[in-house]
Amino acid sequence: MLSIKNLQAKVEDKQILKGINLQVNAGEVHAIMGPNGSGKSSLASVLTGRENYEVTDGEVIFDGKNLLELSPEDRAREGVFLAFQYPIEIPGVSNINFLRTALNEIRAYHNEPPMEAKEFLRLTREKQKLVEFDAKLTNRSLNEGFSGGEKKRNEIFQLAMLNPKLSILDETDSGLDIDALRIVSNGVNKLRSDKNAFIVITHYQRLLEYIVPDFVHVLYDGRIVKSGTKELALELEEKGYDWIKEPATTASVG
Amino acid sequence: MAKNSADILEEYSDKEYEYGFVTDIEMDIAPKGLNEDIIRFISAKKGEPQWLLEWRLKGYEAFLKQPDPHWQNFEFPQIDFQDISYYAAPRTKAKYKDMNEVDPELIATFEKLGIPLSEQKILAGVAVDAVFDSVSVATTFQETLKEHGIIFSSVSKAVQEHPELIQKYLGSVVPYSDNKFAALNSAVFSDGSFVYIPKGVRCPMELSTYFRINSGNTGQFERTLIIADEGSYVSYLEGCTAPKRDENQMHAAVVELVALENAEIKYSTVQNWYPGDKDGKGGIYNFVTKRGVCRGANAKISWTQVETGSAITWKYPSVILRGDHSSGEFYSVAVTKNKQIADTGTKMFHIGKGTKSRIISKGISAGEGQNSYRGLVNVGSKAENARNFTQCDSLLIGDRCGAHTFPYIESKNRTATIEHEATTSKIGEDQIFYLNQRGIDTEKAVALIVNGYAKEVLNQLPMEFAVEAQKLLSITLEGSVG
Repeated sequence: MLSIKNLQAKVEDKQILKGINLQVNAGEVHAIMGPNGSGKSSLASVLTGRENYEVTDGEVIFDGKNLLELSPEDRAREGVFLAFQYPIEIPGVSNINFLRTALNEIRAYHNEPPMEAKEFLRLTREKQKLVEFDAKLTNRSLNEGFSGGEKKRNEIFQLAMLNPKLSILDETDSGLDIDALRIVSNGVNKLRSDKNAFIVITHYQRLLEYIVPDFVHVLYDGRIVKSGTKELALELEEKGYDWIKEPATTASVG
Repeated sequence: MAKNSADILEEYSDKEYEYGFVTDIEMDIAPKGLNEDIIRFISAKKGEPQWLLEWRLKGYEAFLKQPDPHWQNFEFPQIDFQDISYYAAPRTKAKYKDMNEVDPELIATFEKLGIPLSEQKILAGVAVDAVFDSVSVATTFQETLKEHGIIFSSVSKAVQEHPELIQKYLGSVVPYSDNKFAALNSAVFSDGSFVYIPKGVRCPMELSTYFRINSGNTGQFERTLIIADEGSYVSYLEGCTAPKRDENQMHAAVVELVALENAEIKYSTVQNWYPGDKDGKGGIYNFVTKRGVCRGANAKISWTQVETGSAITWKYPSVILRGDHSSGEFYSVAVTKNKQIADTGTKMFHIGKGTKSRIISKGISAGEGQNSYRGLVNVGSKAENARNFTQCDSLLIGDRCGAHTFPYIESKNRTATIEHEATTSKIGEDQIFYLNQRGIDTEKAVALIVNGYAKEVLNQLPMEFAVEAQKLLSITLEGSVG
């Protein structure tokens, strides 16, 4: 589904990604871990086309298409979804109106007619229930006055509504208490299928107890320095990141 | 990569003004220039009574004495009052008896503007008066209104048919000497709409006037007078467009509202005069005096305005709260882009006891647009327990525009409660990216954000106009993100 080869990118003059290689197939969950400033969120930004990131080398193929040539909205329409670390507030725009606009824009891109109101309502109810999202929040302004936990849950609700092929969760667990973490994780687990894939970016192994990954990658200094299975996450939890940093430093010197 | 915001800005700042066409129609146009003869000419053309001519001449005298205003937050443009024609009318019969007599070109013009004048085509519940240059060309739904005793006609017609009402109320809220432009309007006003709602009548439909400036080098000076008798209700909407022209054109209207005891007037404006091109060439000078008076207890006047057009918009729809427990409201969205200027706001005069006012102003500035909110809340010594709430928000799009706020508060009564809130925000790249990431392109994202921002005001508009206003905002701001 997603194939990243030697991806390099910079912000202003700072090289952030220094050659990422990653293969994600349908039905897989990949966790990306790493210390602060290693490039985890930057990877999410580059994949989704945030403006101030400049790709300097490498390629990203998503379902046979060159993702880097597409506008941010077209990447979204192709089925790439980012659950934001810091979801944005948009006053006066109701959550439901926003979602309907988004859904119909995506449908239009695939030459489908707008979804009928009745069907949309049915879908909303179904997904609200699935991800345990408070119906009251659906009619409020988009994220305005939402608590940190409510914002994160809204991201998962949107994910459920838009049904993307590839979902990138950018530190969705940060700022969540244990109950919220459970609800968010349950939602993601219910949405997992053999047709979609997830990239879960996190600092902590904790989230991976709930969303069990097929692969774990450690990102350090703009490169994936180690890959493994879920046991790798446990090892990181135990030993910290220092033992990972050594070879990377050597490699960048060499 | 995606088209960046700067490209989109380029592309859309050239966006054509949709209503910029000129109708080719034979016109009676008065020679340019302002003097007593022109005023007599206009008055005679309309077959006015002597008292009205004298009133016009007093207005002219006041105009000559008044200095140019100097307090506004923009450079006052040099206006050559002798270079304007003060009367232009389609050359057909002086009065239209029914729709069949109206020039088909005119009908076509209003159709083009999306204003159907033939009654059977009108969507349920909107009666329309259309003013083309200086003359009212058609008023629809006369019969239905008559059944309720409602008068909705052009001012010229009302002068002939209801002189007692005109003489009693014309200039009673905005006197001919009020300010330079109101004085000019009093001297040369050509037409406008007149509404009278009898006691206890709730007007069964929205009343609406569309103003269209067509001829070059003419000014438009219409005068609207609305009287809501005791216990009555009316909702009124005006819309305005003009052709694209390189020279500036002047629009100096006066609107007077009178609400008697327990009456309510809701006045909505969707103003889309030609704003000039992207270099600031041409466009309408929209210098308007709008004022309402709540004469009786519990009367209510509410102004709602969506201002997207004009090179300069300069107006302060105000309410004089004379009746005890009367209330005044002002809801405004003003958009400026390219080199447009808006200096707008309201004045609320609390005179009666327990009077209330509410001011919600939303300024949106894009390009090099300058947007000023200027408001006065004045509480008189007898206005026990008066209350005011003001919220004044500014939204900036790009980094070359400006937002300014000039709130004035004067209170002579200790029991008054006055609240003022103000915010300034910017459409952030983060907001745009968030919406992009959900499959919404930048154009739609800006429209969504702006409409969300202006929602509180748009909600005040009658439903079908709210939709129109929403579209207008989206079109006006397409691609202004930089």
